[in-house]
Amino acid sequence: MVVFEKPKALADVQMHYCPGCTHGIVHRLVAEVIDELGIEGKTIGIAPVGCSVMAYNYFNCDMIEAAHGRAPAVATGVKRSDPENHIVFTYQGDGDLASIGMAETVHSAARNENITVIFINNAIYGMTGGQMAPTSLPGQVTQTSPYGRDTDACGFPIRVCEMLSTLDGPEYLERVTVNNVKNVKNAKKAIKKAFQNQIDGKGFSLVEVVSSCPTNWGMTPQDALKWIDEKMLPYYPLGVYKDRSAEKEEK
Amino acid sequence: MSDKVLMKGNEAIAEAAIIAGCRHYFGYPITPQTEVAAYMAKRMPKIGGTFLQAESEIAAINMVYGVASTGKRVMTSSSSPGISLKGEGLSYLAGADLPSLVINVQRGGPGLGGIQPSQSDYFQATKGAAHGDFHMLVLAPSSVQEMADLTVKGFDLADKYRMTAMVLADGTMGQMMEPVSLDYEIGEPIEKPWATTGTKMERPHNIVNSLFLEPDVLEKSNFERYERYSYIEENECMYEEYMMDDAEICVTAFGIAARVSKNAINEARKKGIKVGLIRPITLWPFPKAPYKKAADKVKEIISVELSMGQMIEDVRLASECKVPVTLCNRVGGMIPTPEQVLEAIEKAAKGGNK
Amino acid sequence: MSATNMLIAGFGGQGILFAGKFLAYKGLVEEKEVSWLPSYGPEMRGGTASCSVIISDEAVGSPIVSKPDVLVAMNLPSLDKYEDTVVPGGKIFVDSTLIERKVKRTDVEVYYIPATKLASDNDMPTLANMIIAGKLLSVTDSFAEDGVNAALKKVISAKRADMLETNLKAMQIGAEN
Repeated sequence: MVVFEKPKALADVQMHYCPGCTHGIVHRLVAEVIDELGIEGKTIGIAPVGCSVMAYNYFNCDMIEAAHGRAPAVATGVKRSDPENHIVFTYQGDGDLASIGMAETVHSAARNENITVIFINNAIYGMTGGQMAPTSLPGQVTQTSPYGRDTDACGFPIRVCEMLSTLDGPEYLERVTVNNVKNVKNAKKAIKKAFQNQIDGKGFSLVEVVSSCPTNWGMTPQDALKWIDEKMLPYYPLGVYKDRSAEKEEK
Repeated sequence: MSDKVLMKGNEAIAEAAIIAGCRHYFGYPITPQTEVAAYMAKRMPKIGGTFLQAESEIAAINMVYGVASTGKRVMTSSSSPGISLKGEGLSYLAGADLPSLVINVQRGGPGLGGIQPSQSDYFQATKGAAHGDFHMLVLAPSSVQEMADLTVKGFDLADKYRMTAMVLADGTMGQMMEPVSLDYEIGEPIEKPWATTGTKMERPHNIVNSLFLEPDVLEKSNFERYERYSYIEENECMYEEYMMDDAEICVTAFGIAARVSKNAINEARKKGIKVGLIRPITLWPFPKAPYKKAADKVKEIISVELSMGQMIEDVRLASECKVPVTLCNRVGGMIPTPEQVLEAIEKAAKGGNK
Repeated sequence: MSATNMLIAGFGGQGILFAGKFLAYKGLVEEKEVSWLPSYGPEMRGGTASCSVIISDEAVGSPIVSKPDVLVAMNLPSLDKYEDTVVPGGKIFVDSTLIERKVKRTDVEVYYIPATKLASDNDMPTLANMIIAGKLLSVTDSFAEDGVNAALKKVISAKRADMLETNLKAMQIGAEN
């Protein structure tokens, strides 16, 4: 009896992610959701530039590689090409989504573009070797903030869910993490809702996943998961930041 | 002629695109091409199409990239500074071998420049839109009719060769009105088995991508692309020759400059000067053949441009430097007058511009 | 080659471009080659507006009219700017309500029409442009009502068909003045 197998939407290839990296978990959750909703045949994923640049090899649905930060714009084009028959998701890191691609992020949210955005926030640029990200914490040591992030010189981290929640546009914004089993289960629920919203035509749904980067944080995988609890979550509290349909029901 | 209507060049482009089956347009306001967006904003919702004013030129070209990935005809339009912003997207479109149509209604530069007509994006369009080895098909209309015709042609060529086609116009072409006939036979869309439209669980997944981390693989993709480019250079050059049969002096120009030049040539002919015109219609591929032929019989080639001399470099290469190639130009939004061109022709007749 | 190069100039809002478009359409319905080129940019919002119109028996070369056969000047800056560019023997049409000075050139035909005053006297304050256009056609061309009507139908949208009559009347006033 098979008790554990790869989701069908996840390609049977070896991933390039570092040991202990949470990208693998989130990829799996996305693939499980695609399986459960039975949408692989109509799903088109948009990969970013960053560690998950080669996500196009890891999902079995059609995939498009976007320029750095432009995934929401590309997704807009793909979705509008055939709104009835295309389920479109972007998978983006913090540099991609919250730095170089902030305009695309904000405006696709403001338009309530009917797409699903999976946002990996690990507070660092992974692929290029550990530079300061727009979400790096105050005092966080990175390759380009070797003395710790000095908020006088380079400003403060951006809380994406909170910021987008000020817009009337987006349908659903939730921050989750994947540092323990319970949190992984919650993350999957949020991701599933973000896809279901799109199927239901509700609009822009973004799930921010607070993630770890043991390699560039310079920690063991276990310590990195602990660091999420101790450092990341106080700055980036988990929770639902917008759920327009739920708000409507309450009224 | 009664079926002809007066249209602005910008409007002719938009309507021709719709006739060609384009149902997705993304743009950002910039003078002097805004009529394209305004026209699309009016028409697209009525025919089930998409008009979207993007947050930036960068977003617009990436929305184009998204639709192009799904195999549908899609376009954006802008003017010089906006095209610079689209550069990144143009490189990605080339790297992923996606067809698209981009309109550049040029204005004077560099920088914010001005809003009056210019041809100073010739280098950008034909040689260096962005990083990496790639070309776009570059089509240079010289009338409102050609604005429409080359838009339709651009979509066809883009699909055929999986490339971006750029219509390189200028503010005059965009703003002027002339009679246009929009009578086209549009063929069936060609098959695009590479498009990412969902696997329907019937085929392996398609990937639209320009990332190749293995250098040998990337090299191969470049070589293959350039084989396609060679084929295009041999088969898709377009140009017009005007009074070149007995010409002893050759004027060459494209777009608005060609029209000004025709006036000057007509005047020069009245004075008995044997002068003709070579007007490239495709700027890439650049039509070398007529220049090679001309170089054996004319004593000077005068390149009339709204730039500091950009096309002139291709003219020199194509004529293999057999005869002097001189520049007659205005820039910054100014346009050469027929008198200025006539003066250059007369000087050439008397012994040469220096 | 027979071609008429016209330059129509005035303030933005005087209907300069519209009058030019009408004249171009008139050429088109009479099966001539035509072009219409506006000045464009910020000056269109209240500053100086102008447009080049060419009506020709043969294909139009440059659409830019730098030496007009016909100049319509609807304000003083336009007359100041373009008077000297008119070809010898050319024609200048002046809105004499708004331009007090006389044309200095002696080698051109000049027509003074108090177009703005005529327009307001006849309760058509926005049609000074068409009054001048009427005068222009009566002088340069046959004022063939068929052609005028056909051209007006092209430039006035179906939704504003009631304006056809008024425009035609404006042109007749111009032609008779």
